[in-house]
Amino acid sequence: MNTLRNTVEFGKTPETIPNGPGAAAILAAGIGCAAIGVLAFASELSPGLHDLLNFYNPVGPLSGKTTVAIIVWLVAWYGLSRIWRRETVNMRTVNIAALVLLGIGFLLTFPPFWYLFV
Amino acid sequence: MEITTHDFMTVLHGMGFGALFMLAFSGALVELYRISAPGAPSAMSAGGQTLLGLYLVAMVILAWLTVFSGTYVIYPWYRAVPAEGVTDLADYPRRLLLSSGKTSEWHNIGMEWKEHAGWLAPIAITMVAYVTMKYGRAIIQHRNMRISVLAFAVAAFVATGIAGAFGAFLNKYAPIRGGDVIILMQGEAP
Repeated sequence: MNTLRNTVEFGKTPETIPNGPGAAAILAAGIGCAAIGVLAFASELSPGLHDLLNFYNPVGPLSGKTTVAIIVWLVAWYGLSRIWRRETVNMRTVNIAALVLLGIGFLLTFPPFWYLFV
Repeated sequence: MEITTHDFMTVLHGMGFGALFMLAFSGALVELYRISAPGAPSAMSAGGQTLLGLYLVAMVILAWLTVFSGTYVIYPWYRAVPAEGVTDLADYPRRLLLSSGKTSEWHNIGMEWKEHAGWLAPIAITMVAYVTMKYGRAIIQHRNMRISVLAFAVAAFVATGIAGAFGAFLNKYAPIRGGDVIILMQGEAP
């Protein structure tokens, strides 16, 4: 029956696919989000970095923060994907790391947090 | 009926890309939850999986269009610097907000948070789309992966909500003005 061939009952295992590529994407997304937060925060603390990140004058330092964060994210994704291409990794650890990094991203983009330090 | 080019681009950024992206979350979150819920007695056809993939790809495109148009088209108008001696700051939203203690925090907190947090959304939703498409129906065997996918989708929704809400408020207190006038329709004088 066509329907049975094209559907999978959730809760049953259809085939084994290593979790490495997915883990790489998830951890890289966490790294990318944290990179935005870290650059936003560091740029507030350091006038030198603030000026250095001014890649495009009409946009100001936001151009550098976002460009660098995207590069960090893509490089991390590429690197982790190469390493974990055929691996099965401890997904729980990757999950915790990715969610902590995501939380760092949110916290460090929150201006009242910056103002505790500047 | 007329609109300026700056108004038009602001509407396109906020309503055309951002709001559409935000609206798409309802469908995506329900579907992602449906395939992520522990022990969910549901099944997804190959066609349904393809449709979900296309839906998420459309969201990814909208997310990137939103942040790039916001950062590289709208934001330079927002942070325009008035020439010396200019006292009417209506065309300089950032300076207008910072000129009064009653409005300065709309920039110092609202705009500063919006311009950074908004960028979390495209990164998160790109990962969500990639993992969902890469694993397809096989994601059911990766419980922790499903948790991350759902968490990052919710995070993208929250980041978009922050950016969208502050964008709407900022446009109330210091709207982006200027640009060429586009006449959409000519009415009759009373």
